[in-house]
Amino acid sequence: MKELALIFLPLLGAAVAAAWPSEKTRPWLLPIVGALHTALTFWMFVNPPPLVDGGWLGFDPLARAVLPAVSLLFLLCAAYAIPYLHVRSARSNRVFVAALLGVLGLLSAGHQARHLGLLWIATEAVTLAAVPLLHFNGTPRAFEATWKYLLVGGTGIALSLLGSFCLGYASLHGGGGGDLTFAALTLQGGGLSRPWVLTAWVLLLAGYGTKMGLAPMHTWKPDAYGEAPGIVGALLAGGVTTVAFTAILRIRAVIAAAGDGPIADRTLLAIGLFSMLVAALFLLGTRDFKRMLAYSSVEHMGILSVGAALGSAGAFAAIFHVWSNSLTKGALFLSGGNIRRAAGARTMDEVSGMAVITPHSAAIFVTGMLAVTACPPFGPFFSELGVIRAAFETHHGGAAAMFLGCLLFAFFGLTRLVFAIVDGRPRAASRETGRRFPESMSVILPPLILLGMSLWLGVATPVTLREAWAAAVTQLYPAP
Amino acid sequence: MGLNLLALASSRLPSLIGAVSVQGIALGVMPLLIEHELRWLVLLVAVATVGLKGFVIPTLLRRAMRTANIDREVEPSIGFVPSLLLGAGGTIAAVALARALPLLPEHTGSLLVPGALASVLTGFVLLIGRSKAISQVCGYLILENGIYLFGLLLIHSTPLLVEAGILLDLTVGVFVIGIIVDRIQRAFDSLDTRKLTVLRE
Repeated sequence: MKELALIFLPLLGAAVAAAWPSEKTRPWLLPIVGALHTALTFWMFVNPPPLVDGGWLGFDPLARAVLPAVSLLFLLCAAYAIPYLHVRSARSNRVFVAALLGVLGLLSAGHQARHLGLLWIATEAVTLAAVPLLHFNGTPRAFEATWKYLLVGGTGIALSLLGSFCLGYASLHGGGGGDLTFAALTLQGGGLSRPWVLTAWVLLLAGYGTKMGLAPMHTWKPDAYGEAPGIVGALLAGGVTTVAFTAILRIRAVIAAAGDGPIADRTLLAIGLFSMLVAALFLLGTRDFKRMLAYSSVEHMGILSVGAALGSAGAFAAIFHVWSNSLTKGALFLSGGNIRRAAGARTMDEVSGMAVITPHSAAIFVTGMLAVTACPPFGPFFSELGVIRAAFETHHGGAAAMFLGCLLFAFFGLTRLVFAIVDGRPRAASRETGRRFPESMSVILPPLILLGMSLWLGVATPVTLREAWAAAVTQLYPAP
Repeated sequence: MGLNLLALASSRLPSLIGAVSVQGIALGVMPLLIEHELRWLVLLVAVATVGLKGFVIPTLLRRAMRTANIDREVEPSIGFVPSLLLGAGGTIAAVALARALPLLPEHTGSLLVPGALASVLTGFVLLIGRSKAISQVCGYLILENGIYLFGLLLIHSTPLLVEAGILLDLTVGVFVIGIIVDRIQRAFDSLDTRKLTVLRE
């Protein structure tokens, strides 16, 4: 019952937001629903409800390990949305608020989905619900980005539907009933028809990999993150990609049960390292700091994928990394949004000296950048350390070396761009816009809290969280 | 499958949309032909498919085309003859691929699997090889039709709810695409996706 509440509470909120008459008070629905959702998620985290066998929806260990991070991120983004939408009061926020709440509800559905078809429906619906968020700015560039997002994302998600059907046919061909719940598919295990399982894996990885933004299916990401408002970027990078990653984890478990785990792991490792490499190379070249965040997200999706490929220790680190990446990326996107607004531009050719104009946001942005490039003692350092340790334990020395090399290049690329923006003498144009959009407590606190949580996650990872992650790993990587 | 080639050969948008619509209707009737005994469930799915894929979505596309007031040439970036050849090659490859994959005895003789794969490949050719937003949407629809055709293999085992959800998502998807197409038209004064090149590295 509570599982459904987690989904329908935000959807109800979306309906209320769509009907709410006042432009001024409507954004307050976001933190209210966000707070209720977070409270419910954490309550369920402490007292996980019993799982129904064969159920389509359930707050299973994986959902328990990941959904609270998404919920927390949403709450802080929602708090940030109030001052943001106040600044952008020239545009109607009706669709924006409703779509944002809709995304939260559908994300909760996607994380809890234990049925392949339901998972697909939720992911596709999230993709569609995010569309009005992307073109909120209403510029031609925003529409261009939205079109690419729709076309690339739509094709990707269509492929994953084909993959889901292939997996269903694998079950049918293997003598099963074609039941698409993950539990039933895992149970059938070796009885699944092998050629169909492999076909399904390729299609599903391509499909959900597109949603995750793994290279070479990442092309929509820089455009979408570059043109969308900061909060939307934070939610896409920390929430929507996460649901695609958990989808891949669940599917990998089925493939492993069918006896093709090594093949799945090899492809995950290869595509993860390739994503990191592509992201690192583009990070060295880009001059736009919002697109930079997108490439950084591609890099971190690569890290997740590498982690998932390295057995249970790697998967534990990957789930840890989901948390640290979501929270740190949130801080970066929100403070980056502040800088973008005050600077009135986004490339290092037009922006400099933001440490003078927006000192607090610039400080958070620089610290967040250090955190996301895995400087201790923030969360990403420890989760990436976990991935590297898992790589050595499983004798993937070459992969670990490449992993570290990509991290180094990404570090060069990020620091180059971030310091070019933060240091130096402010431009005259930026001084002008900086006066129009002064920093206030309400836009500084949310990213600061997110950054604080990333630090807390690194320094003192709560034991209950570790236990939840370990439980999720046992669910997905059963000991042989 | 002939419809795929017709879609590739279409030089004008209305005939392309027509091909998609006829394919949608054919797709909707399929479950009735496959099923030996009529169940209300299958009937419902069939009616919904014919209605949505055969009529609602093509009407939306035609309206988008009319309001956008674009000239009706398709403007391919891969020419008609090469794309036809690609489509034909794709169809042959699909038949070959379907031979290579193990099928249940009751599906071995039917053209369901090769047809589905051929449609998916045709959809890709249209997506890549056409520059107008609406013809790309048609490509996407043909791709989806192919996947749906494949889904018919599972019609006994997938519950109605899933089918309904998938159909609903598709319709909303095309609706959203229609809105974006309209906005692109207003923002760029054209529906030529080759003009969408501001964002790049």
